[in-house]
Amino acid sequence: MNRAYELSGANLLTASNVVKDFNGHRALNHVSMEVPGGSIYGLLGPNGAGKTTLLRIINQITAPDEGSILFEGIPITPEHVSMIGYLPEERGLYRKMKVGEQALYLARLKGLSRQEAMKRLKTWFSKLEIGAWWDKKVEELSKGMAQKVQFITTVLHEPRLLIFDEPFSGFDPINVNLLKQEILQMKEQGATIIFSTHNMASVEELCDHITLINESEVVLQGEISEIREKYRKNTYRVVFSGDREKLGNGLESRFELLHVEKDGREQYATIRVKAGTGSGELIRNLAEITEIRSFQEILPGMNDIFIQVVNDASQKKGS
Amino acid sequence: MNKILLIIQREYLTRIRKKSFIIMSVLGPFIFAAYILIPMYFATREDTEEKTVVVIDDSKLFTEYSANGPTFVIPGTRYLKFKVVEGVPIETFRTGFEESGYYALLFIPSNILASASSLIYSTKQTSVEVTAYIKRAMENEIEHLKLSTHDIPDLEKIMAEVETNIQVKNIKWTRDGKTQESNTGVVMGVGYLAGMLIFFFIFFFGSQVMRGVIEEKVSRIIEVIVSSVRPFQLMMGKIIGVGLTGLTQFLIWVIFSLLLITGLKAAFFPELNRTPTEQVIASDLFEEPADNNAGEGINGEAPGGETPGNEAPGNEDADIATQIFASLKSINPGVMIGSFIFYFIFGYLLYAAMFAVIGSAVDNETDTQQMILPVILPLILGIYVMISAINNPDNALAFWFSIIPFTSPVVMMVRIPFGVPWWQVILSGTLLLATFLGMTWMAGKIYRTGILMYGKKNSYREIWKWLRYS
Repeated sequence: MNRAYELSGANLLTASNVVKDFNGHRALNHVSMEVPGGSIYGLLGPNGAGKTTLLRIINQITAPDEGSILFEGIPITPEHVSMIGYLPEERGLYRKMKVGEQALYLARLKGLSRQEAMKRLKTWFSKLEIGAWWDKKVEELSKGMAQKVQFITTVLHEPRLLIFDEPFSGFDPINVNLLKQEILQMKEQGATIIFSTHNMASVEELCDHITLINESEVVLQGEISEIREKYRKNTYRVVFSGDREKLGNGLESRFELLHVEKDGREQYATIRVKAGTGSGELIRNLAEITEIRSFQEILPGMNDIFIQVVNDASQKKGS
Repeated sequence: MNKILLIIQREYLTRIRKKSFIIMSVLGPFIFAAYILIPMYFATREDTEEKTVVVIDDSKLFTEYSANGPTFVIPGTRYLKFKVVEGVPIETFRTGFEESGYYALLFIPSNILASASSLIYSTKQTSVEVTAYIKRAMENEIEHLKLSTHDIPDLEKIMAEVETNIQVKNIKWTRDGKTQESNTGVVMGVGYLAGMLIFFFIFFFGSQVMRGVIEEKVSRIIEVIVSSVRPFQLMMGKIIGVGLTGLTQFLIWVIFSLLLITGLKAAFFPELNRTPTEQVIASDLFEEPADNNAGEGINGEAPGGETPGNEAPGNEDADIATQIFASLKSINPGVMIGSFIFYFIFGYLLYAAMFAVIGSAVDNETDTQQMILPVILPLILGIYVMISAINNPDNALAFWFSIIPFTSPVVMMVRIPFGVPWWQVILSGTLLLATFLGMTWMAGKIYRTGILMYGKKNSYREIWKWLRYS
């Protein structure tokens, strides 16, 4: 029926060729991004890369100079704000207002009726064990408590698209876990989540897809498993017993011994397989010269990929 | 639209439930009443401390008065006395004058008629008022003395007849030739009050809008809100909500103040209508000619040396009331109230938008100081022009400032009671409306960018840049 919708397929949100200039400084340079429905999408990048600007454009807080944002294939309109929940990085609450009253106000701004908002708030407040704070003023709350209230007001209207910008900052590990469970549960219920963070461990844990923005441009994009595959370095970690010298001398030239260390009774070796050969060859070679206790490929962490991609991109720009 | 209502509701409810609002609602009328009553109290209070000035009268100027003893009340005063001593050198008073109990020493040289100068000695600075009384007393005596040297028969009678008190009454001709009595004092007062109210309202509640915007920025709730509503809706909701809070507070104040002033006046100043000062004010402003011949309004000769001002106030109160009433009638109430509401509302809206811009441009309240001056400068200028316009509501300065939108809410209000041509009111109103729309549109653009900016150098150059962002 709608051609644009058909083109975008199952994407809940599509950003195409978004450009945003701020007085001579280009904050976003032809950024495109496709967020599949029902996924958790990581939006990564160093500070000042343009993530927040993109999130603000998706939330229609600022307008793009070029390009467009489609929500389910349709150009996004102010009517869509009730389908989006946004937890910005710079977030706060009215300090002098009471917690319950404030949550109610924010929920009604998202289009919920008073009764419905009340009902849902009661459920959420007891779920996150903050029911007792309903009549407290925000200024009496700790940072973590206020963050819980903000989280609730972001998800209360059960939006199709949830946007979290550094959602876990200010939380203790127990509450981080609690929130992760809630986020995963919302995904199961069909919500799509855009997740912006510097915490790469949680990206690996939660995200299905990522976009990495550096200096206003997309430098890496795709499914997280594919990316990790792409950045594998053919490096293996071997736990072995036997003579270290023998391992060093017996290794064929197709393999490069990067590192050997001894930790208590165990010995570890890190070995890179050069191009044109495989892990099977390495195992065969190792079996001849030592006793293999365990053998494992070292997959790059998102943290390493992040640093590598950003450094490469910066160098390319610099040269 | 529904969201704007929600915002207005929140702004209004959180503000009127604040302790400061309730405290100000209760204290406001007292402050109001104090502003009006305290100057009134001091103005009506005479200095009743008795002061005696010792006079070394070498000229024998006051000999006539000292016939019944050396100490007498200075003519024209009540609590100021002269004690005449003769043939005593000044030197005898010089040491220990403070302990003598005299307020000052007046030395009148024997050649006062020729030299026309005298000397006052004292240990403390002699007050201007006392000096003036002494001066006038001496001048009167010398004038009498000089006149009497001409040897005119029936001098006293002639003097009494010569004394004149002119009454000026304003009659306004309306366009269709009808006459209208108008009292400049009352008309002036109405305009002044209206202009001041608008100024105060704009200033006080405009800065509340600014503080509200800063609060949202500082608490970092702004980005959460603008992901639900458009920044323009938030700005307008806040401006309207604060405006309604202000109107509510004003209404409370006006009602309470009226009750309070009436109550306090009855309780503490029952004699107020009889004090000399008010008689002076009354005779200055509200005096009805003694024999008012059918609209002529020009008094003839005051009968028998008695000026109307000194008459025992019999039905004078009633006259004053009639006068005020007549003067108020000369103001078209529909035009006055209508234009007051118009300039009140749109003046506030225009300035509130500018205050919102300042709030959006800064990170905390201390940064507002340098930004606020250019905004309130026209308003303060308006107050000065308004005060000058009171004397001459139709001069060119008052005309132009009542047309220029940034000053018109204050200046036009003081002109309207005196009657302003329709085309001027319409021009001024249209310009104000247009400026309000333009300013709000611009403010919305700047505000949208400003609220999300932190740590920027706040300057009007930066604001100008934000205005040009799409």
